[in-house]
Amino acid sequence: MEKRFWNEYQKEIADDHFFYERSCIRQTFFPGSEATFLNIMRNDLGKDIYDSSHQHTCTGIGYHSDVVPFETTMTIVARLFSLMTERGYKNYVPSCVTSFGVMTELIEKWKEQPEILEKAREYLYKATGRTFEMPENIVHPSDLIFKFRFELKEKMKYQLINRFTGKPLRGVEHIGCHYAKIFPKHGIGNAEFPYVLAGMIEAWGGEVVDYPERRHCCGFGFRQYLVQENRGYSIANSKKKFESMEPYEPDFIVANCPGCAMFLDKWQYTIAEMEHKTYDKEGYGIPVLTYEELAGLLLGYDPWVMGMQLHQVQCERLLDKIGVAYNPDDKYRGASGKILRAPEKPDVLKV
Amino acid sequence: MTIAIIGAGPAGIEAASVLAKQYQVILFEREERPLCNIRDKAFLFPDFSSADELADKLESKLSHENITLKTATPVVSMQRTGEQWTLTTADGTTATFDAVLLATGYKVFDAHQKEELGYGIYKGVITSLEMEKMIKENNIRNNMNEIPKQIVFLQCVGSRDEKSGNHYCSKVCCVTAVKQAIEIKKQHPETDVYIFYMDLRMWGQGFEEMYREAQEKYGVSFVRGRISEAASTFDNRVQIKAEDTLMGNPMTMNSDLLVLMVGMCASEGTATLSKCAGIDGLYRFAQSLSPHTEDNLTAQPNLFLAGSCKRPMCIEDTIQDARAAALEIM
Repeated sequence: MEKRFWNEYQKEIADDHFFYERSCIRQTFFPGSEATFLNIMRNDLGKDIYDSSHQHTCTGIGYHSDVVPFETTMTIVARLFSLMTERGYKNYVPSCVTSFGVMTELIEKWKEQPEILEKAREYLYKATGRTFEMPENIVHPSDLIFKFRFELKEKMKYQLINRFTGKPLRGVEHIGCHYAKIFPKHGIGNAEFPYVLAGMIEAWGGEVVDYPERRHCCGFGFRQYLVQENRGYSIANSKKKFESMEPYEPDFIVANCPGCAMFLDKWQYTIAEMEHKTYDKEGYGIPVLTYEELAGLLLGYDPWVMGMQLHQVQCERLLDKIGVAYNPDDKYRGASGKILRAPEKPDVLKV
Repeated sequence: MTIAIIGAGPAGIEAASVLAKQYQVILFEREERPLCNIRDKAFLFPDFSSADELADKLESKLSHENITLKTATPVVSMQRTGEQWTLTTADGTTATFDAVLLATGYKVFDAHQKEELGYGIYKGVITSLEMEKMIKENNIRNNMNEIPKQIVFLQCVGSRDEKSGNHYCSKVCCVTAVKQAIEIKKQHPETDVYIFYMDLRMWGQGFEEMYREAQEKYGVSFVRGRISEAASTFDNRVQIKAEDTLMGNPMTMNSDLLVLMVGMCASEGTATLSKCAGIDGLYRFAQSLSPHTEDNLTAQPNLFLAGSCKRPMCIEDTIQDARAAALEIM
């Protein structure tokens, strides 16, 4: 890219004391990512971040698929904010990009129409007896990793450099729609060329792949996948992206949305089964990481503790390129030390 | 009567040449040379006459004993005292005049604002002004210095566009794209040229004929639809996504160059001085008293307007308007 527009778009990101809200789906898709984020924030950066055991859904998927009414979403989000308020926090960090989108939308709405904010207060109070304040600062966790990317680099054991060739590893970044497309001003780098993940890749020694379908949907669009009959649209979108990025031979994909990371990972298996096609030269597929996993790997976190063995496209080849130390024998070892049964191998996609 | 004209474009020079028959006129120009906005063109629509020849002809009118041209002298503010106007230039010099004609013109829309189109990001995305320079230098090349196989034009970049805040039509872009497409085909008949448009506004004499000729004689393809996104391809071309709204189909195509037809906006001089004088109008253009019969007058005494400081205007209309302004002053 010729010009770095992202510099012209900045957002305020608080420095410390955060209330963390977990995602309803990320712990299934990428089970160690949220724990990794909390560990990075607390142990590597020394930040205060609170993880409440009383939290719940933001209703995002239901809201965007029109099965949850606005008033319900508003009240449920108000309850989440009340948890933050009662713990004395003012900086809110929702793990999921869709939660981030729902909340920024509601906050904008409440600022524009205070009478609706009053309704939210009334609904919440009547339902739960709770009160809440709006967050003073709401950011996505990827904003925080971006903000502290250079501090983290100082602590990293590895860089995004191919240790066999000495060249930067090539990373495809994919940004969740609800990160900046709803409110471009709330994303680092605006909606067209967000820099939040590209900034991490570049700061940590890698090279960002700018491919033609970079801004195309990953296939997680809710109306594409919620109804089973529509899932052809979902996989078609992912396929379009894979075909577009393939000539650039990316070493990995990183995403900041639960759905993007999940579909870009899982559909590679499906396409391999359907068409005997993989998007790397050797048939292993392109590993898909969350930004927490990417940061964690470079910081020296154990990939198996981060749950990376649960990815569809296996990550060992990337670990080898980076030079990450790992024990293959621990890949399917449970917390008790017992070796768990390894999953069945796919027919086409190599593992 | 002392008269100042701010801006030595076609409006300022034409008005000066009329006024100089009776009065002393001082012409302030911010650039090193007058008529920059004409000299950066190759040929003019609809007759494909040389832009340099027109500029030379206009510039020759400045050789009059009653005209003083001050180039590289931007006027930065103006203030009314009674019926007179005091102008301040960038070096701090002030001078007072009985009448002032604002002929500060336009600037082209900054295409960086339409980020989805990739201007300033991808080398294959250029503006109509840059294409004009290529045509003028007989050097139409893609970013690999090859003769382009395909060139795509996109109309209405920064015009009729709610997102960029410019709701108005820039009036000259439709015919300019047709003119440039024909010039490209004259220089490189083998190059495929596509023009994406919302609707084509061929309002001037000879414009419709040019549009027809572009299709029938030169084989230029016109596609009704907006381009939503441009990106770079693996072989350094430009991938565009659009919707053909006549066919009702989304489409993706690759091109060597994407030419953005950038609209006309108020120049900095127009915006600053019209605000300073209290005659600022829509979209930072200067506001005339009435668009019908008092289009060269303003709400301020002895402050007059000519040309594209009021709104987008083609050269021939600008020259007519400048003569009318001169008559109002006289």
